[in-house]
Amino acid sequence: MPNNIVEVKNVSKSYQRDSLKIPVLENIDLQVPEGEFLALMGPSGSGKSTLLNLIAGIDRPDNGTIMVANDEVTRLTESQLANWRSRHIGFVFQFYNLLPVLTAFENVELPLLLTPLSKNERRERVQIALNVVGLNDRMRHYPKQLSGGQQQRVAIARAIVADPTLIVADEPTGDLDKNSAVEVLSLLERLNREFNKTIIMVTHDQRAADKAHTVRHLDKGELV
Amino acid sequence: MKVFKLIFKNALRHKLRTILTMLGIAVALLAFGLIRTVINAWYAGVEASAKNRLVTRSAVSLIQPLPLAYREQLLKVPGVQSVGFANWFGAYYGDPNNFFANFAVDEAYLEMYPEFVVPPEQKAVYLRERNACLVGRKLAERFGWKLDQTVTLTGTIFFGEWDFVIRGIYSGAQPSTDETAFLFHWDYLNERVRETNPGMADNVGWYMLLIDNQANPAVVSETVDAMFKNSFAETKTETERAFQQSFVSMSGAILAAMEAISVVVVFIVLLVLANTMAMTARERMAEYAVLKTLGFRPFHLIGLIGGESLAIALGGFALGLVLMIYVCNGFATFLTSNLGNFFPVFELKNITIILAFVSALLVGVFAAIFPAWRAVRMRIADGLHRVA
Repeated sequence: MPNNIVEVKNVSKSYQRDSLKIPVLENIDLQVPEGEFLALMGPSGSGKSTLLNLIAGIDRPDNGTIMVANDEVTRLTESQLANWRSRHIGFVFQFYNLLPVLTAFENVELPLLLTPLSKNERRERVQIALNVVGLNDRMRHYPKQLSGGQQQRVAIARAIVADPTLIVADEPTGDLDKNSAVEVLSLLERLNREFNKTIIMVTHDQRAADKAHTVRHLDKGELV
Repeated sequence: MKVFKLIFKNALRHKLRTILTMLGIAVALLAFGLIRTVINAWYAGVEASAKNRLVTRSAVSLIQPLPLAYREQLLKVPGVQSVGFANWFGAYYGDPNNFFANFAVDEAYLEMYPEFVVPPEQKAVYLRERNACLVGRKLAERFGWKLDQTVTLTGTIFFGEWDFVIRGIYSGAQPSTDETAFLFHWDYLNERVRETNPGMADNVGWYMLLIDNQANPAVVSETVDAMFKNSFAETKTETERAFQQSFVSMSGAILAAMEAISVVVVFIVLLVLANTMAMTARERMAEYAVLKTLGFRPFHLIGLIGGESLAIALGGFALGLVLMIYVCNGFATFLTSNLGNFFPVFELKNITIILAFVSALLVGVFAAIFPAWRAVRMRIADGLHRVA
């Protein structure tokens, strides 16, 4: 029985809009075992991206605790969180979010700039990551010179280059055509299968969810 | 190194915007540099003043002469090393518009100005000949005068045509030295005045006192003025600096206005760059959110935004400096030819360049404060929602 790499206990989150308090998540409990490929599904506004952000340490719950890789994320300061994210979390966004002024190589290298790795070590790691996503021949290309699918693969390379504990993907196929979406999903599946990467993916797409081992549904801030 | 590359690439992301901003900064700094240079030119006489030179003039007015006989009494004042004297001649060359500073001076007066560098052989000839004159290098260039040339000036105070032979061309020991003056023997003036207007003879415009380094200028001044108190020509003695300052003070309001404008210009530069940086940061909030997500800390973002702001500001400064050098040189040439009398020294001083540099630096820093503050305070989730 694998260990839980993510443990969410009794987490609630609400947002303040003017004088109105809007509850987004209510008393959520979730465990994600190591090596899991979990898909979070649910209608818009159900709180799935919020839950993903909380697990990834880019937002804070109102109450409850979140443990990721034995670290209690909810107790970390902003500065500690930044450091923690750089070591433990790989992010894949819906709109790729590559820096347009950097080449594919430089974009993938970004997370490594925060590590003590030498230039040669960084180069080696970036080449491996780009090789995994099949874009070694495009490393000198800028994002605008790549298709949407290729940009998302670069984003995945950026997410894995620092060898994170957990990969979080927020609608990774949401902006892609069918073929590109298949490529990206196959790549995530391969990362999970071959490299034993734990992945939590938020998606609206049932075909994407079908690639996951486990699918959890959120509705009105509650896991169902 | 990667960070510098990113800053550089970010700065050039919107080339036209960056170039226009740099141009805006450059033009504003050019205006700043020009204004400061004009102000400095106004103060050139004050800056060139020596601490050990005092000016004794009529207490009534500068245009009231003092008797030549005062010279012997001034020499007896404790602390006074030597006494020279001069008259404002007020003549022009050819056309009344060709106005420049021309003085009748005695030998001692000339000795008090080591900053007027005259080749020794030229000076020797000048001292021998009564109608000889010394002219500044810029004045000679302005009129194309050569050594040993005879020039005729037309008097406006001492009427008539006056012939002089140029026996020396002096240059300034420092860049701030006036090189547009015309000096000739006081005796030459006095001899002719004695013939044509005896009542004006044996009078001087002012005395220049060279005092010992240990002497207290205030005490010497008081002693001199007390000596001639209740005489028919009372004196007012002050340091050369105060004397020059009194001329500048006449334009005090204009200078104060110019100082204010130069500050306003720097403020305009700040607005130009602040606007660019605000736009830039607003457009890049999603990118800053991504960087924060990847683990980049607030100081990284401050470095990126501040670095970009500084790069643009200093780029604008570099461009402005080139413009300043060219325009100030052009202005200096124009002024020497046309308004040399008003601005005998018009040079871009190092202090002006340093002030422009510091202004650009501060503008770069201040323009980045608000965008950096916003980027640092932004919640990552909010920043990520800004993606189109």
